[in-house]
Amino acid sequence: MDTGTATLKDAVSATFREWTTRISDTHYVLGSVMGPAPFPEIVRDFQAVISKEIKQQLHDLCGKLPDAVIACVGGGSNAIGSFYNFINDPSVRLIGCEAAGRGIDTNETAATISTGKIGIFHGMKSYFCQDEYGQIAPVYSISAGLDYPGIGPEHAYLHDIGRAEYVAITDDEAVEACEYLSRTEGIIPAIESAHAVSYAMKIAPKMSKDQIIVITISGRGDKDVAAIARYKGENLYE
Amino acid sequence: MNSIREAFQNGKAFIPFITCGDPTLETTKKLAIAMEEAGADIIELGIPFSDPTAEGPVIQDANIRALSNHITTDDIFAMVADLRKEVRVPLVFMTYANVIFSYGTEKFASECKRIGICGLILADVPFEEKKEFSSVFDKYGVDLISMIAPTSNDRIAVIAREAKGFLYCVSSLGVTGIRTDITTDVGAMISNAKKNTDIPCAIGFGISTPEQAAEMASKSDGIIVGSAIVKICAKYGENCVPYVAEFVKTMKKAIS
Repeated sequence: MDTGTATLKDAVSATFREWTTRISDTHYVLGSVMGPAPFPEIVRDFQAVISKEIKQQLHDLCGKLPDAVIACVGGGSNAIGSFYNFINDPSVRLIGCEAAGRGIDTNETAATISTGKIGIFHGMKSYFCQDEYGQIAPVYSISAGLDYPGIGPEHAYLHDIGRAEYVAITDDEAVEACEYLSRTEGIIPAIESAHAVSYAMKIAPKMSKDQIIVITISGRGDKDVAAIARYKGENLYE
Repeated sequence: MNSIREAFQNGKAFIPFITCGDPTLETTKKLAIAMEEAGADIIELGIPFSDPTAEGPVIQDANIRALSNHITTDDIFAMVADLRKEVRVPLVFMTYANVIFSYGTEKFASECKRIGICGLILADVPFEEKKEFSSVFDKYGVDLISMIAPTSNDRIAVIAREAKGFLYCVSSLGVTGIRTDITTDVGAMISNAKKNTDIPCAIGFGISTPEQAAEMASKSDGIIVGSAIVKICAKYGENCVPYVAEFVKTMKKAIS
């Protein structure tokens, strides 16, 4: 990508532009629950297998629902997949973790629900990081997978009706959680998934031992270790 | 101030597009005045947007140049209010949904009426979603210009029936930009539209030479030219005015 701010939103725009030349034989499904209808629903329906399996496996294992389901949110595909089959189970807390980047009070953030407002962009009406004149804001996160200035419209809806909670996790917190899970469990989570791990670490001490938290580890972190090393000041390149 | 309908009564209409604030708002104002003198019948003013998804590289760059000067919607309203005192041709805005939605659609429409903007083109609002904007703009007498494209097929009739101001006929698939050949059967698109509306039909996208202008004008009521003009603005910056005026004169002559 070398147009605009050279981030995910510019890649999406470039793909839209390319798609307009080949509409007759091509559909454009963004790799998330975003874009014009019905694509967010199509992607959600496929991703919903995550919560279907969580529900089934927990039922087989202990015969109950989880108390909380936590997933990271950029556009929000793994999160909506993790939430979907629990939306009608009000006892299950649904928590999406956005990328706060260097903090939601800085300009280097991608936390859409925390810092954005409603807008219309890329074929959807949802929350977007933008300035007072509607110019889409440049966003930042240590995780390239989370640096999109918007969030899927179904998340915006779940937020507005109060069914799901959205919290912002900083780069520092995500890196710390990534290292913690790697060290203690031997699981290296993707840096985006580490945002969800971080929030689980915050709420677990306040819960009782027989309560269940499910964290969606949406990707593996071997792709991120060099970037994390650089983040910590090492001069390491792949 | 002339109406859009009157603008199509001076032979085939020539409709140039420029991006407001590229490279300065003062240049935009001078350009509009010079383009009217050179024969422009309607002037299309782009309000820059950070992510202009319908634009090819030439107009994308113009948006970036304008925004890097921190041009805002309010600055543009002030410039147009000033410009309106000096030009008689209809002025229409071209922009993207979020620019208007975030400003407040009602407030934006009322500003358009106050400063004398008579139409609005929203590149990322399809016909099926237009009510969100047209229901408000109708109240202020500002036409939301509808577009038809080579893929509109069966939708042409319904779009044309509800069209206001003029119907914007997109010549080719893809984004704005200079094309060496326009291969779509634009004539068929327009005759289909004409069966369903009596408002003027103008062709845009890809037109850059006098020969293309003449050919496209022969099939329609007017032509819209953007990238070829913005390219001149990019080349000469603040000194672009006489070069653009010369180009507009040549194009208007080609379609007369």
